[in-house]
Amino acid sequence: MSYDVPHVPGEPEAESSSSAGPGFPLWEVFVRPSRGLNHVHVGSLHAPDAETAMQNGRDVYTRRQEGVSIWVVPSAAIHATDPFEEEAWFDSHKPYRHPTFYEIPDEVGHM
Amino acid sequence: MTQTVDSALRSALFTYLVRLGDDSLVLGQRLAELVSWQPDLEEDIAVANLALDHIGHCRNFYAYAGAVEGKGRDEDQLAFLRDERDFLNLVLCEQPNGDFGQTMARQLLFDAWRLPLLEALRDSADAQLGGIAGKAAKEARYHLQHSVTWVVRLGDGTQESNERMQAGLDFMWRYTDELFWGDEVEAALVAAGMAPDPASLRSTWETTIGDVLDRAHLRRPADPRQRGGGRTGHHTEALGRMLPELQFLQRSYPGLEW
Repeated sequence: MSYDVPHVPGEPEAESSSSAGPGFPLWEVFVRPSRGLNHVHVGSLHAPDAETAMQNGRDVYTRRQEGVSIWVVPSAAIHATDPFEEEAWFDSHKPYRHPTFYEIPDEVGHM
Repeated sequence: MTQTVDSALRSALFTYLVRLGDDSLVLGQRLAELVSWQPDLEEDIAVANLALDHIGHCRNFYAYAGAVEGKGRDEDQLAFLRDERDFLNLVLCEQPNGDFGQTMARQLLFDAWRLPLLEALRDSADAQLGGIAGKAAKEARYHLQHSVTWVVRLGDGTQESNERMQAGLDFMWRYTDELFWGDEVEAALVAAGMAPDPASLRSTWETTIGDVLDRAHLRRPADPRQRGGGRTGHHTEALGRMLPELQFLQRSYPGLEW
């Protein structure tokens, strides 16, 4: 039985010939802090399979009651935007898209 | 504890609480020895969590034991100022970690017994013992999941991992019969509705272990020789080597707090 370490964009190539031997696959861990909130990415870890990844996620990331639910996703299944494309994708200054230019009538109250 | 509890029962309850507390302390110390030595960071943190859970359980049992005894002994005195012959843990708990397979064999054999025990104790006629057990049972359920996960993966892994898991199981098996032994201490508590008969836990344990061994492609060890005695202070060599490290701070600096 052997495991392939998935290539994660931006992460240096693992030295598979190192003394650590063949590593387990990498998983991304998402924790839901409490009911009604979203799962939030908290970090990553290595594990041989999904069940172990969830247990490891519980042990590594929820030691201080940080959450009530865990998702784990193989890092290889994550598709990420290219950091070098950040300007093209995200650096658009369009303040009018924020609804801050409207006068709110007093009768509306708190929105 | 109400005043209606007679002194014989009170004495039995004290011994019983020390037995359960010693199981937790000695096993917790064994697991703590593994911190920084585990195969990977994730398991290192997992084993530290397990150790802390067990030491937390031990504090609860000791604190109540001290109150039942009524001689003013606290958790620290029970943990650090008793000698080997006064420790009443199962000999299974003190067995050395060996390799990872041996460690996980010990954890599985213990966890599969401890969870049904704590669940039965939740209904104890003694409300405080029931409360302590109920709190500990939640963590024990996770402990069992953790050890089952590893035993199945190692047993059903490579030839090497299967052989080492089997060797660990073979090593630990001779200490399992004691899980189901009982003496006048348990008998007194059973009669008072405060604790389950140790023998009554065997069928649940056998079912759990049988299921895990099937899934893990491991053999049930055949060795009929069984070694117990921890419940009356007759320990294996392993405990004597552990206590100096566990106790040295309080022995060297009595009463030290930090």
